[in-house]
Amino acid sequence: MTGSAPRLEAWQDPAAAPLVAIKGVSKSFDRQAAVSDVSLAIYPGEFFSLLGASGCGKTTLLRLLAGFERPDQGRLLIAGQDVTELPPYQRPVNMMFQSYALFPHLSVADNVGFGLRQEGLPRRDIRVRVAEMLDMVKLGSFAQRKPDQLSGGQRQRVALARSLIKHPKLLLLDEPLAALDRKLREHTQFELVNIQERVGITFIMVTHDQEEAMTMSTRMAVMNEGRIRQIGTPVEIYEFPANRFVAGFIGAVNQFEGRALAQAGDVLQVYAESAGTELRVHVPQAVVAGSPVVVAVRPEKVRLGREPPPGDNRLQGTVEEIAYLGDVSVYHLRVAGGALIEAQLTNHTRGAAPPLTWGDRAWVGWNADDAFALVE
Amino acid sequence: MRRRSAPWLRRFRPGRWVVAAVPLLWLGLFFGLPFFIVVRISLSETVIGLPPYSALLEWIEGGMLSIRLNFANFALLWQDSLYLDAFINSVRVAATATLLCLLLGYPMALGIARARQSLRIPLLLLVILPFWTSFLIRVYAWIGILKGNGLANNVLLWIGWIEQPLPLLHTDFAVHLGIVYGYLPFMVLPLYATLSRMDSSLLEAAADLGCRPSRAFWRVTVPQSRPGILAGSLLVFVPAVGEFVIPDLLGGPDTLMIGKVLWSEFFNNRDWPVAAAVAVALLVLLVAPVLLFERLRERAQPR
Amino acid sequence: MNGKRPSLVFSLLAFGYAFLYAPIVSLIVYSFNESRLVTVWAGFSTKWYVSLLHNDQLLGAAWVSLRIAVMNATLAVVLGALAATALVRFGRFRGRPALALMVGAPLVMPDVILGLASLLLFVAMEQLIGWPAGRGMTTITIAHVTFSLAYVAVIVQSRLVRQDPSLEEAAMDLGARPWKVFFVITLPLIAPALAAGWLLAFTLSLDDLVIASFVSGPGASTLPMVVYSSVRLGISPEINALATVLVVLVTSGIAIAGWLLHRREARRQLAE
Repeated sequence: MTGSAPRLEAWQDPAAAPLVAIKGVSKSFDRQAAVSDVSLAIYPGEFFSLLGASGCGKTTLLRLLAGFERPDQGRLLIAGQDVTELPPYQRPVNMMFQSYALFPHLSVADNVGFGLRQEGLPRRDIRVRVAEMLDMVKLGSFAQRKPDQLSGGQRQRVALARSLIKHPKLLLLDEPLAALDRKLREHTQFELVNIQERVGITFIMVTHDQEEAMTMSTRMAVMNEGRIRQIGTPVEIYEFPANRFVAGFIGAVNQFEGRALAQAGDVLQVYAESAGTELRVHVPQAVVAGSPVVVAVRPEKVRLGREPPPGDNRLQGTVEEIAYLGDVSVYHLRVAGGALIEAQLTNHTRGAAPPLTWGDRAWVGWNADDAFALVE
Repeated sequence: MRRRSAPWLRRFRPGRWVVAAVPLLWLGLFFGLPFFIVVRISLSETVIGLPPYSALLEWIEGGMLSIRLNFANFALLWQDSLYLDAFINSVRVAATATLLCLLLGYPMALGIARARQSLRIPLLLLVILPFWTSFLIRVYAWIGILKGNGLANNVLLWIGWIEQPLPLLHTDFAVHLGIVYGYLPFMVLPLYATLSRMDSSLLEAAADLGCRPSRAFWRVTVPQSRPGILAGSLLVFVPAVGEFVIPDLLGGPDTLMIGKVLWSEFFNNRDWPVAAAVAVALLVLLVAPVLLFERLRERAQPR
Repeated sequence: MNGKRPSLVFSLLAFGYAFLYAPIVSLIVYSFNESRLVTVWAGFSTKWYVSLLHNDQLLGAAWVSLRIAVMNATLAVVLGALAATALVRFGRFRGRPALALMVGAPLVMPDVILGLASLLLFVAMEQLIGWPAGRGMTTITIAHVTFSLAYVAVIVQSRLVRQDPSLEEAAMDLGARPWKVFFVITLPLIAPALAAGWLLAFTLSLDDLVIASFVSGPGASTLPMVVYSSVRLGISPEINALATVLVVLVTSGIAIAGWLLHRREARRQLAE
């Protein structure tokens, strides 16, 4: 999704004006903080995801933007306009609900045209625009159906059409794909991105599914307990997590707690007891010797074999578990220091016997550049 | 973090205020306030006039406000065995009838809940249907059946079970029968509501763990339906305690029930303060079950 | 299901229905009896229906009851819907416990207490502010609304609870103002509950003897009051005829409603 040209993205351009500016927003329910002191800038044309477990405050943040909740503190700006006090029906924002919230007593066409009718547009114009919109979501022949006569996927597209028809500056999507089954969900992910590129509207999507957030977004924010833990592109979030929470939340990761020993250039030596040895890890900034450091490495970056693999870090251990997942196999190796290290092997050859089995002695290794250090 | 309430309503205070205030005012004025008036009048003296009770507060000469509380009405309730007996008898009759309702209503609700999907709504409608026809007329129907020369006695004589017509009407039996008949739908509906919501896999799990159907019924079904049992019992018991029409039409002269006593104090003796005192005593008796019912209802609402 | 229990359950179910319907059937059968006596079947006759048609007292009372019932049902639906909306959609607010209690209590409160309390209120109000002057249809309607609005509120409440709150939010998100949301979205969606509530309130009012007896005045005898005084005097085949008319009206009403629902369902399936 990232362009190959060395073009400056909007969020990297200090001159760019954000479409949405969330400034120090807090909201609590019954004295329980749902969103605390969140600040965020989202730029025109972005597909931005709010990712987190249920109850992390992502939906509340979305509802604050839609105007269904009002912040206890902070301001919300959309296209430079302060909308904090505006009711939902006056905001240049539309929302697609998790339940789709299709009006059960209205036909598909009336559902889609509902927003235009509120603007008092002539009936003829409404009909034309509804027909266009339904064609775009490939539901042209379903205009006269009622929502309960549609399949889940069709309902989802009606909800999308209804929320896009007013050409809002910003579309909010609350778990738009959660109700679809897996196959349809994957297909719809791409369709949704295509539609977003075609209509050129900025999307903010709430999701708990990291894969969904990774495939669809230009940038994402990982939330936990009402706070944003990291904002970045999918690559940044996955390869350069800012803290242990983000590292652990997205994908699998091997973590070793240790202490910094010495630093040579941008390679830091860390003694990690659980690894039973010194580890080398790439750290751009200077780290004071003796300070606690967590060394982390993703399983697919770990090489595994009977012979010591090349790399800056090498550990020997015993295979304790093997999980065959089809495309890859996951191995768990117990090393001398006591840590259980996860490594992934791609199954290149069909039906090949696994190179290692339970109880085998084996080596794992990785380069300093492929690991990251979390200093907290 | 999703709230059931609509927070946007919180912002539009005037509209929101009216929506809540109108029913609150109506109920406060016509339902809440009258209870205070009942209490007030139960503490006044009976006088001949209109209205037939004395004032509680009086300006006596010299600008002093005097309050005269008259507890004689309550003392009468305590001393005259008529009232106490009527209270005890009402509770006894209502409790017995409630139990009978439960015994008949539970299998009915269970049968409907376990019937084929397409049959459930018609079966349920058949339970509700009599409720839509006049209560008074349904009670009246029993007079024709229970009379000395009524249908029941004629049938019994005809099959030869009895030789003399039984005295059925104007007995406690008739009162029990009438209450069970009149209030059965109120028992069946809440029971059906809980039983139909019950997860059938619970029974399968019980069977899978080696529980016989009869034991599963007592160990799983009955405990699961407790809210329904309680709600249904309260819906029958509380109004039955104060029932007037059934004991009046089906009961005998010696059927003492408090609703009938209140009625005759009011209409026959025109003794409003004593009638009010009876009402207050009845209310005190029913406060606990009414509050319990209210709590049940609140808890049944997902929020 | 195996074992004896289901058959026991279903025979009790059958007994229950027989118990519920036997009296009604006997009423209907004897309404066509030539004789005044219930004991003797003296041949088929519709003469009690004819005499019912000429019973001015009964017909007058029915007219009074009908007017009260319509007025009551309409007011109760408005107030009950407001109460239900407040209880379901407003979360916690200061008057909520009081409102919840006053909506719940009339469902179980004995009629005699409601009747006496309402009467004493009206008497006190008349003394204090001169309204309501005397008692009659107005006071009966007020007392009926007070307890039947609770039933309406319960029906509407259960409908609102099941309704996705996002529907109203979605309408607002698409630019509808709150009052428009109410008329375009909320009202059509709760309309079936409102209709059911209206019918129930109508029936409750038409059916009430005790409360009406307390709060009525001269010249405002409702149908149950007249029936009661005639029943006290003994069996009257005219009442049987009246009961039959009521049963037929109610049954056909429900049958029509069921048929309409069925037809809508069938049309829906046809569209697919």
